[in-house]
Amino acid sequence: MKRLIGSLAAGLLLATVAACGSSDSSGAEAPTDDATSAAPQPTTITVFAAASLKSSFTEIGAKFEAENEGVTVAFSFAGSSDLVAQIQQGAPADVFASADTANMDKATADDLVEGTPADFATNTLEIATPPDNPAGIDSLDDLADPDATVVLCAAEVPCGAAAAGVEAAAGIDIKPVSEEQSVTDVLNKVVSGEADAGLVYVTDVKAAGDTVLGVTFPESSEVVNTYPIAALSGSEHLDVARAFADFVTGTEGQAILQAAGFAKP
Amino acid sequence: MSSARYSGVPRWVYVPAAAGALFIVLPLAAMASRVEWGSFWSLITSESSRHALLLSLRTSSMATLLCVVLGVPMALVLARTSFRGQTLLRSLVLLPLVLPPVVGGIALLYTFGRKGLLGETIDVLGLQIAFSTTAVVIAQTFVSLPFLVVSLEGTLRTAGQRYEVVASTLGARPTTVLRRVTLPLVLPGLAAGAVLSFARALGEFGATITFAGSLEGVTRTLPLEIYLQRESDPDAAVALSLVLVVVAVLVIGLVRGTRSDVT
Repeated sequence: MKRLIGSLAAGLLLATVAACGSSDSSGAEAPTDDATSAAPQPTTITVFAAASLKSSFTEIGAKFEAENEGVTVAFSFAGSSDLVAQIQQGAPADVFASADTANMDKATADDLVEGTPADFATNTLEIATPPDNPAGIDSLDDLADPDATVVLCAAEVPCGAAAAGVEAAAGIDIKPVSEEQSVTDVLNKVVSGEADAGLVYVTDVKAAGDTVLGVTFPESSEVVNTYPIAALSGSEHLDVARAFADFVTGTEGQAILQAAGFAKP
Repeated sequence: MSSARYSGVPRWVYVPAAAGALFIVLPLAAMASRVEWGSFWSLITSESSRHALLLSLRTSSMATLLCVVLGVPMALVLARTSFRGQTLLRSLVLLPLVLPPVVGGIALLYTFGRKGLLGETIDVLGLQIAFSTTAVVIAQTFVSLPFLVVSLEGTLRTAGQRYEVVASTLGARPTTVLRRVTLPLVLPGLAAGAVLSFARALGEFGATITFAGSLEGVTRTLPLEIYLQRESDPDAAVALSLVLVVVAVLVIGLVRGTRSDVT
């Protein structure tokens, strides 16, 4: 049934695409052949990276481009599970940097990764409150106060799993008013003043500047998120992809990551 | 050609038309082909799924009711009167149709949120809108109201004012004319508009997740549940998507049913 639908559809759609594409087909083939030719050819690699890496990876990418002439690094930032799903569906990515090992493991299990992923950073949770801290939050226990409007990530996403981990470690039960889809959504609810507090990553608090107040808590060390990076086996520029992954784990990459608040793995 | 009834459609038109239809149907078929039928029932009847579906039906019904209460007067004013700035007003009212829902969510946040324009007023009244089911209904009403207004205004203009004029010359007061003549005349159009609003409210995602948050049984409607399940359990996301497709098909069928009553 599936195959029948597939072949019928392919036929009709291809006919249409062919009809539409006849005018611009001349230019489409040329650039992809360049991958095999000599060094000075301009090369673009696409890096799929977790949303929390946006600012630090943008900086690392610019530095990598400056040191490697003719290389352009394009980024796609999204939730790690979104990215791994796209890679599994054949998205043209050369490097994958995940915010947790679970999503990298999915890619490894499907033989999409070249070599072994390298851990390049860790991140822990921190409480974010609006700058005036209206609910007077100064410990993890305060989040369990029923009068505080607390927002967490849903348990299905990495930051939610981490939040559940620190709750278990501290032996408390936080009743959030909302379980958000991503750590950015949690941060936005705090920045806009809708929530009194939220659990986000240390790097998010740092990136948010003075729009939020960060409250650290000792239990955060119980749950450490490790970020792995790997070149992908489907890459057409494996050497450049590997070089980028090495650059991230190298001195310059590490310096940028630590300035953003990430810790060493 | 001579034997066939003349349709006025050149034969070649069927090719892009078929491709267009396929473009819409194929992704739905592809999704249906990925459904794990063995576990389908258990996936769509899990506690979180049932909560999400019930919440969606409840909030969408409330939103539809609000759309009728607010939208019918709006359609009447737009269709039957003319005043300065009416064109501008109509464009503004239709804005939620074309705005990305997330923009609507941000706008609602800055209106009804704790720090929003009406935040303090709402606080004084002792109400709590943020992160409540009310916020979901507000978001859904915001995006689906134009559907009712547009379709009802069209019906009102098509129906014309002949009977209304007659009723009024026979001595009926405006409210009586509205109640006894206008509304019964446009009832099929009103029903179609209400069903469309309901369907739009049911599918609402962007404004809800931005404005209302996401908590099981309170603000996590079916589209939000699907988006979340996709993170951990893609099979459940596909199964729930199919449920939403079936509900949407039923709703569209309902609209077509009411439309054919008109002709």
